[in-house]
Amino acid sequence: MSDTTQSPGVRLPLSTLRFKAMATKVSVGPLSVLAGLLLWHVASLYTSPLFLPSPLTVWRTALEMLADGSLLESVAASAWRIAAGWAAGVAVGVPLGVFMGRFPVIRLMVDPYIEFFRFIPPIAFVTLAVIWLGPGEITKIALIFYTTVFIVTLNTIAGVKAVNPLRLQAARSLGANAISEMTTVILPSTVPFMVTGARIAMGNSFLTVVSAEIVSAQTGLGAMIWTARNFARTDWVFVGIIALGILGYVFDRVLRLASNKLLNRYQ
Amino acid sequence: MQGASISLDHVGISFGDAQIVSNVNLEIRPGEFICLLGPSGCGKSTLLNAIAGFLPVQGRIEVNESPVTGPGLDRGVVFQSAEVLFPWLTIRENVEYGLRLRGTPALARREKADHFLGLVGLTHAAEKFPAQLSGGMRQRAQIARVLINEPHVVLMDEPFGALDAQTREVLQVELDRIWRESGCTIVFVTHDIWEALLLADRVVVMTAGPRAGIKTIETIDLPHPRDQGSSECLALFRRLRDDIGAEVKQALRQQGLNREPV
Ligand SMILES: Nc1ncnc2c1ncn2[C@@H]1O[C@H](COP(=O)(O)OP(=O)(O)OP(=O)(O)O)[C@@H](O)[C@H]1O
Ligand SMILES: [Mg+2]
Repeated sequence: MSDTTQSPGVRLPLSTLRFKAMATKVSVGPLSVLAGLLLWHVASLYTSPLFLPSPLTVWRTALEMLADGSLLESVAASAWRIAAGWAAGVAVGVPLGVFMGRFPVIRLMVDPYIEFFRFIPPIAFVTLAVIWLGPGEITKIALIFYTTVFIVTLNTIAGVKAVNPLRLQAARSLGANAISEMTTVILPSTVPFMVTGARIAMGNSFLTVVSAEIVSAQTGLGAMIWTARNFARTDWVFVGIIALGILGYVFDRVLRLASNKLLNRYQ
Repeated sequence: MQGASISLDHVGISFGDAQIVSNVNLEIRPGEFICLLGPSGCGKSTLLNAIAGFLPVQGRIEVNESPVTGPGLDRGVVFQSAEVLFPWLTIRENVEYGLRLRGTPALARREKADHFLGLVGLTHAAEKFPAQLSGGMRQRAQIARVLINEPHVVLMDEPFGALDAQTREVLQVELDRIWRESGCTIVFVTHDIWEALLLADRVVVMTAGPRAGIKTIETIDLPHPRDQGSSECLALFRRLRDDIGAEVKQALRQQGLNREPV
C-alpha cells in the first residue's frame, strides 16, 4: 500500500495494472543486481584490493583476461568437462534407473550401496580418481559422470516407482505387452523425474568440476581460481567465480529451454 | 460387433488372508447390460477387476467360453478416475492408443478415431490434452479409447461417479445409445439405484462383505428409454433400496459406524 495512494473507490484501468505488474517483474531483478554491485563497490572502498577488489577492477581484469584468451580457455576447459561427464552420466543413469525401478531384485541388490554412497560427496573421491585414472582429462570427466549417474539414477527410479498403477492396468487392457507398456507408459511417465535429476546433476557437476580442477588441473576455472592464490590476485578469483555463475546460469537455461521445447507434453 | 457371454462359476477373491468375495455364480448373456450394486467396500470393484483379468481368482471366470487369465483386448475397462488417460497424449492420440499398439496404419487409425470421437461428442477437443478438458469430457474420452478396440465386453467402475448430476444424466443417455449401437456386453458398477434402473437389463445386488456374494438379482424388463416416474420403476426402486439398505446397515454395523439410539 505504499505506492498506491488513490482513494478506495478509484480503480486503475486493467491495462495500467498489467503494465505495472510487468514493469515490476522486469525491473526488480536488474535493480537488485545493481544495488548489490553498489554495495560491493562501497565495501571495496574501505578494504584493501587484496581483500576485496572493487567491481571496476574485476571488470578490467576480466576484459584483460578475455583479450589474452586465458578466460575463454578456462571456461571452455571447464564447460567441456561438465558437458562430457554430465551427458555420459545422463545417458547411463536413465536406462539404469528404469531398469532398477522395474526390477525390484536388482534394486534390492544395489540398494545398500546406494544408501552408503549417497552421503559421500564426489569431492571425497578426487584423490582416489587421480590415483586410479591419472591426472588427465578422464579423471575430471569420470568424477562428473559419477556425480550425474548417481542423481539421475535415483530420480529415475523414483519416477518409475511413481507410475500410476491404474495407467498400467489401462494400458494392459488396451492391448499393451511388457515392452509396449515400458515404451508407452513407464518411460513417458518418468520423463519429468529424469529432467529434474538431470538439472540437479548439472548443479552438482559444477561443484565437482571446481574441486577436481583445484586438486589436479592446469586448465579450467577451478585451476584458475587456485593459481590466483600463488600470485595474490584476488581479482582473478572474482573473475573465476563470476564466470562460474554465468556459465551455470547459461547451462541451466539451455537445459530448461531444451527440455521445455522437446519434452513439453510430458511435464 | 458382438457381445460376449460372461460366466462366473464359484468365483472367490482374496487379498492375503482376507476373503473379500466368495462363491459368486452368475451367467451373463451376450449383449446384456448388468449393473452391480452393493454397499461401499463389499467388493464390487474387486469383482470387476477380476473379470478384467487384473486379479487371480478361485473358481472360474469365462468370457465367450474361454477362461480369463489376464487382461485382454476382448474386455475393455472404463475406470472410475479419468486419471488413466495418458496426460502426455492428446485426446486423439489417447483414443488411437490401442490401434497404434496393433500397428494399424495412420490413415485407418485417424478415420476410426474420428468416428469414435464423434460418437462421444469430442470431435472439437481432439487435439487438446486431457488436462485441458472437463471431468465429463475426460470420461467420454476414456470411453472412446475403450470402444475403439471394439471389445466384446465393457467393464465400467462407477464411470460417472465423480460427475455432477446434469453431466451424469447426459452421459447415461449417451451410454445407453452407444451400448445399443455397439451390441457389446456391459458390466457397470454403480452406487446409484436410479442409474441402474435407467441402464440395466438386470441389477445384481451384492451382500455386505467380507465374503461378499450375490444377494438378489432384479430383472428390469422395461422398454428404453425408461421413465423413472412410472409405477413399475418406482416399485423396483423401492425394492432395490430396501435390499441394499439392509446390506448397508449390515456393513456399517461391521465397521462400527452405526450408533442406534439407546
Ligand atoms: N489391494 C487390496 N489389498 C487388500 N485389500 C483390498 C485391496 N483392494 C481392495 N481391498 C479390500 O477389498 C474390499 C472390497 O473393496 P472394493 O474396492 O472392491 O469395494 P467396492 O465395493 O468397490 O467399494 P466402493 O463402492 O466403495 O468402491 C474392501 O474391504 C477393501 O479394503
Ligand atoms: Mg469400487
